[in-house]
Amino acid sequence: MDTREKDIEKLKDYKYGFTTDIENIKAPKGLNEDVIKFISNIKKEPQWMLDFRLKAYERLKLLKEPNWQKPKYPKIDYQDLYYYSAPKSMKDKPKSLDELDPKLLETYKKLGIPLQEQARLNGIAVDAVFDSVSVATTFKGELTKHGIIFCSMSEAIQKHPDLVKKYLGTVIPVTDHFFATLNSAVFTDGSFVYIPEGVKCPMELSTYFRINASETGQFERTLIIADKGSYVSYLEGCTAPMRDENQLHAANVELIALDDAEIKYSTVQNWYPGDENGKGGIYNFVTKRGLCKGNNSKISWTQVETGSAITWKYPSCILKGDNSIGEFYSIAITNNYQKADTGTKMIHLGKNTKSKIISKGISAGFSDMTYRGLVDINSKAKNSNNYTQCDSLLMGNKCGAHTVPYIKNKNFDSNIAHEATTSKISEEQLHYCQQRGLNPEEAVGLIVNGFCKEVLQQLPMEFAVEAQKLVGISLEGSVG
Amino acid sequence: MSEKLQSDFDKIVKTSKFSNEVIQFKKNFLDDFIKKGFPNRKQEDWKFLDISQIIKKNIGDLSFFNDYSQSNKVDPSIFVDGLEHNKIIFINGRIEKIDFNFEDQNKIEITDQTKKDISFNYENSLIDLNGAFTDKVFKILIKKNYSLKKPLIIYHSTNDKINSTNINLRLDFELGENSCLKLIDYFTNNIAKNFINIFYNFNLEKDSILKNYKIDKFRNDDLKYSFNNIEQDSNSVSETFILSAGSDYLKNEINCNLKGEYSSAFINGVFSLKENQQHEIRTTINHLVENTKSYQLIKGVLGKNSKSAYQGRIYVNSKAQKTDGYQLSKAILLDETSEFNAKPELEIYADDVKCSHGSASGSLDENSIFYLMSRGLNYQQSKELLINGFLLDVVEKITDPEIKKLIKNIIGLKE
Repeated sequence: MDTREKDIEKLKDYKYGFTTDIENIKAPKGLNEDVIKFISNIKKEPQWMLDFRLKAYERLKLLKEPNWQKPKYPKIDYQDLYYYSAPKSMKDKPKSLDELDPKLLETYKKLGIPLQEQARLNGIAVDAVFDSVSVATTFKGELTKHGIIFCSMSEAIQKHPDLVKKYLGTVIPVTDHFFATLNSAVFTDGSFVYIPEGVKCPMELSTYFRINASETGQFERTLIIADKGSYVSYLEGCTAPMRDENQLHAANVELIALDDAEIKYSTVQNWYPGDENGKGGIYNFVTKRGLCKGNNSKISWTQVETGSAITWKYPSCILKGDNSIGEFYSIAITNNYQKADTGTKMIHLGKNTKSKIISKGISAGFSDMTYRGLVDINSKAKNSNNYTQCDSLLMGNKCGAHTVPYIKNKNFDSNIAHEATTSKISEEQLHYCQQRGLNPEEAVGLIVNGFCKEVLQQLPMEFAVEAQKLVGISLEGSVG
Repeated sequence: MSEKLQSDFDKIVKTSKFSNEVIQFKKNFLDDFIKKGFPNRKQEDWKFLDISQIIKKNIGDLSFFNDYSQSNKVDPSIFVDGLEHNKIIFINGRIEKIDFNFEDQNKIEITDQTKKDISFNYENSLIDLNGAFTDKVFKILIKKNYSLKKPLIIYHSTNDKINSTNINLRLDFELGENSCLKLIDYFTNNIAKNFINIFYNFNLEKDSILKNYKIDKFRNDDLKYSFNNIEQDSNSVSETFILSAGSDYLKNEINCNLKGEYSSAFINGVFSLKENQQHEIRTTINHLVENTKSYQLIKGVLGKNSKSAYQGRIYVNSKAQKTDGYQLSKAILLDETSEFNAKPELEIYADDVKCSHGSASGSLDENSIFYLMSRGLNYQQSKELLINGFLLDVVEKITDPEIKKLIKNIIGLKE
């Protein structure tokens, strides 16, 4: 067996589907003021943070769950969820990795994320989030030398309240849509990154999210601030155990780029997608938004979405600073009964702003995939430019691929170009590859990888290899 | 508003000679409309241009009463010159004349359809409004194997008898096997400000051809909504051309069901907007069986304070393999205050298809203007030349040479 086949053999079932048997502390079931106070209390948060949460909760009571999306799902009972779950051993935060529960270390080893620094040679700093709390952050010493703050959100609230206070909720306000507001009220942990003025972050920063406990929702919040002239590349990965129930994951991610700063945010999302009959899986309802606040700033989103029963998210860029740039590269793959409604929003407010959207959707089996995007060029955004390309590939006639772009041009100096195609892998292409000795599955793998190349290129090296494998594996069994 | 609707409805019942059965039938529509009200921006289809706001702003209180018992005088000066044609003349929503003088009378049949229910599902409340207030509904049947010798022009005009009124009209067309109809909708110059709601229902049988040209060229203050529902059997062809330029507000909506194999639909549209106009084209093409084709091309030139929207939707059923669908929309924004919105949508459930769309908008290309000016044209001339060339592209898609010539004359495009 060659390595690819071994990979597939291993992944016939979802590789990350195991659970870790670990004692948990949970908040009482349900959503109310007491639970929010419980979360805030257990995290020893200052009063202003609790006020922030309660304000969001007040607002949440007035909001209705949106229902305009394409993938419909059974009603979620928000009172039947645990909003906080943490490994018991994390109650008093361990000071170093040596004190960390060996079970947790083993879990991450199994996931292929070694938390011991010596085990990681290629130098990626990792913040690992297990259920509701961050369990470990690596390479802290190295980062501190550059003045970079990379820690869990809870730690940031304690140690850097000024920064958190100044920026939290400025891109995704507490008054935003239902899921974002829910997150503002009950978020548990997440990563916080601050890159000081003029610093180019020397390594990739990464967060690894893991849902372990059952009947929990994961609500993490990430805040990345790139100060003037700085640069950071950030990666996010996620997995969850196999369960029959659907679990909710409603995260908020806020990016802020000041003058001349650049943030590159990459996601490889591989939440449990449910079994082949569409039972179980994660509802991935995430709000991701970046603000190019300063002039000449740049935010780039790259995502590879292969997991989740339902993916519903639109990583967006608000291009407020003059000459700022927003980019969005996406591969979304749905198989079996998975559903995805994803895309981006590019809101041009500043002069000479540019945005680029490359979206590749592949649907197979009985799945349904929607690209939904907005390009809005404001009347003040003189000389702005947008280019959008969204291509869809269909495999079989039981699946669907949809494209719903909204294009608003209110500025006569600006140009918008949009292109979209939908097709299948042509017989000629397959024939050509097979003629040269590839079997049908390899041929499809090759063609699909070619189809996705423009996006895969945007990922950092190590992730690109991972993602390429993931693309092949996600489509396993959909050919022939 | 519901009281006004009710009282105007009662007035129409009193002045008209509708049978009790018809009145009850219309009443059901009225109840539905009162329940739904005018569409507004909360509905996805009306997101870009909100008709209820536009009516409020431009007209204020609408009157729904229309005296169908009184006939109106036909003014022959509105007729189109230089093209022999059959006529249907609507004045204030009342059919004043149906004239198929150029045709074999045995091949065309006109029947009263007033009591016939609408055969498809819809959410659009303007169809209910139409059903409640329209006068008699006629169905025009073109019999098997007959092609009309001359085009049919439908004149839409109003006179000074009414103002701030809602005018509803409806026609049904049935094209028998292997028949052909060329239909021109011609909107004449009006002084008054009314809200006109037009609903056409076309049924195209095997091998039939429909060509519909909608010409709204002359500047007027009317608000108009036009809805075409086209059902197509195998091997039929529908061609729709829209010139959207004259009214204050105009929304053309086309719903096309390709139900027979090898049927095809072509939609070409031009927006040419000046100050404060708001126009929209919304299309839905449903590819329901194998080997169907659709092609859409929309181009717009937008002046000061004008706003246009194009919402195009291609739906491909899982049975409709080998579908070929194409949408292209392009717009030139001439002023800081002009606005173009597009929502080209693909909804695809079959894998062996070729569907694509494109959309582009921006300003006139300064390099091209420079090129023309360096060859001796002045700025204004170069601009006009470029715009004409841009729009001519769509007009050239018209397949009937005589009508193409007529439309070029009307727009003032020279070859």
